[in-house]
Amino acid sequence: MKLAATILFVLAVVATPREAFWAFAVHAALLVTAAAAGRLPPGFMARRLLIEIPFLLFAVFLPFLGRGERVEVLGVALSQEGLWAAWNILAKATLGAAASVILAATTSVPDLLKAFGRLHFPRVLVAMMGFMVRYLDVVIGELGRMRIALQSRAYHPRWFGEARALAAAAGTLFIRSYERGERVYLAMQARGYRGVMPEFEAAAAPAGQWVAALVVVALAAAVAAMGWVLR
Amino acid sequence: MSVPVVATSGLRFSYPDGRLALDGVDLHVHPGEQVALLGPNGAGKTTLVLHLNGILLPQQGTVHVAGIPVIKENFAEVRRRVGIVFQDPDDQVFMPTVYEDVAFGPANLGLRGAELTDRVEAALAAVGMEALRDRAPHHLSFGERRLVAIATVLAMEPEILVLDEPSANLDPAGRRELADVLRQLGLTMLMVTHDLPYALLLCDRAVVMNRGRIAADGPIEEVLSDTMLMAANRLELPFGFDPGAIRRRP
Repeated sequence: MKLAATILFVLAVVATPREAFWAFAVHAALLVTAAAAGRLPPGFMARRLLIEIPFLLFAVFLPFLGRGERVEVLGVALSQEGLWAAWNILAKATLGAAASVILAATTSVPDLLKAFGRLHFPRVLVAMMGFMVRYLDVVIGELGRMRIALQSRAYHPRWFGEARALAAAAGTLFIRSYERGERVYLAMQARGYRGVMPEFEAAAAPAGQWVAALVVVALAAAVAAMGWVLR
Repeated sequence: MSVPVVATSGLRFSYPDGRLALDGVDLHVHPGEQVALLGPNGAGKTTLVLHLNGILLPQQGTVHVAGIPVIKENFAEVRRRVGIVFQDPDDQVFMPTVYEDVAFGPANLGLRGAELTDRVEAALAAVGMEALRDRAPHHLSFGERRLVAIATVLAMEPEILVLDEPSANLDPAGRRELADVLRQLGLTMLMVTHDLPYALLLCDRAVVMNRGRIAADGPIEEVLSDTMLMAANRLELPFGFDPGAIRRRP
């Protein structure tokens, strides 16, 4: 339910015309309300939002590289089209990332996977996401042990030529993970797996939750529409 | 005598690289028996286990489970009856939550709704892990994961529990706790292990494998006390351990 709301909210944000500054302010206010309702401290949100910085770097270049009309800002000629594009990316990316962060912070992974299942996501993809979450820790643990074993034999790579062992380690890790995949598959077969993951009924979200989530989405959609009308 | 839970006859199998893993194995396990499958590394123990529910198919010979031949058409039936607990619980417990993992087997058998929930809860209760049902497997301790792995198999209500190195990597307390659980279950059991005192504690009968053949089969006290047989098959008891001096618990 939260998953559906987040996807719809992000769609509404993306559909908002970039000239409508006030509309983005309303979207942001909606998110702040949601974060507050989820009791997420602002510092936590800010740290999680750092993930979008690499994407924003690209946006920063747009005003310098863009074509078309130029405007003078602090003595630098900037492309007006580029400025708009940069603003567009900045605003929409931040709002979208914030919405995802709220979703991720207030929902456990199993619940999230169940939500994908209930929204009739292809079951193979959901199962793959589940496996990824389950085995990420196992693989990282294995990598950690290999790193310790390398270091224990005085392996401290300083220049590129010494990275060979790392490449070998990566290869070994790949092979081990592959073999583990085979063993997991055997274990699945041993418990009657025949190519289809069983479906587990997940509890449906209570109506109250739906209403709250849909109100947020409806507001966001209305704001996006108004943005276009009032342009 | 009763119909054996598992019966193999003349079982031969070699791996694609040409290594002969099973060279004519005849093994019968009857209901109520607790059998230890002993032998050095590479003796073919795990290969034999993988034949018992059709993960590997015999190149020669036959495997029957409760009288049913292990062939493709019977896989669902055979896999319900033979519950294999693999050595590494991380290979076996793969779903996002303990509950879903324990439910995986019975759900594959077609159980749904309350029936499925009951099965899962009974299996978790049998190993004392009810409290962990909504946890993620990677947040559990190794001992807990081993017990959950056993629950995943118990949920299918197997007729025989096949365990591959059940005591491996457990700390002494975890090892004892697992033994308590296994004794309590009282299921027909085939246990592959290098842990000979553990086998003596839990099993009545020992089958020794070496180079793809059965080298000995008899009451476990006798097998473990036969020093010639033990030495010939690379089996060694821990220092100072005398199987004759141990009074087994009833």
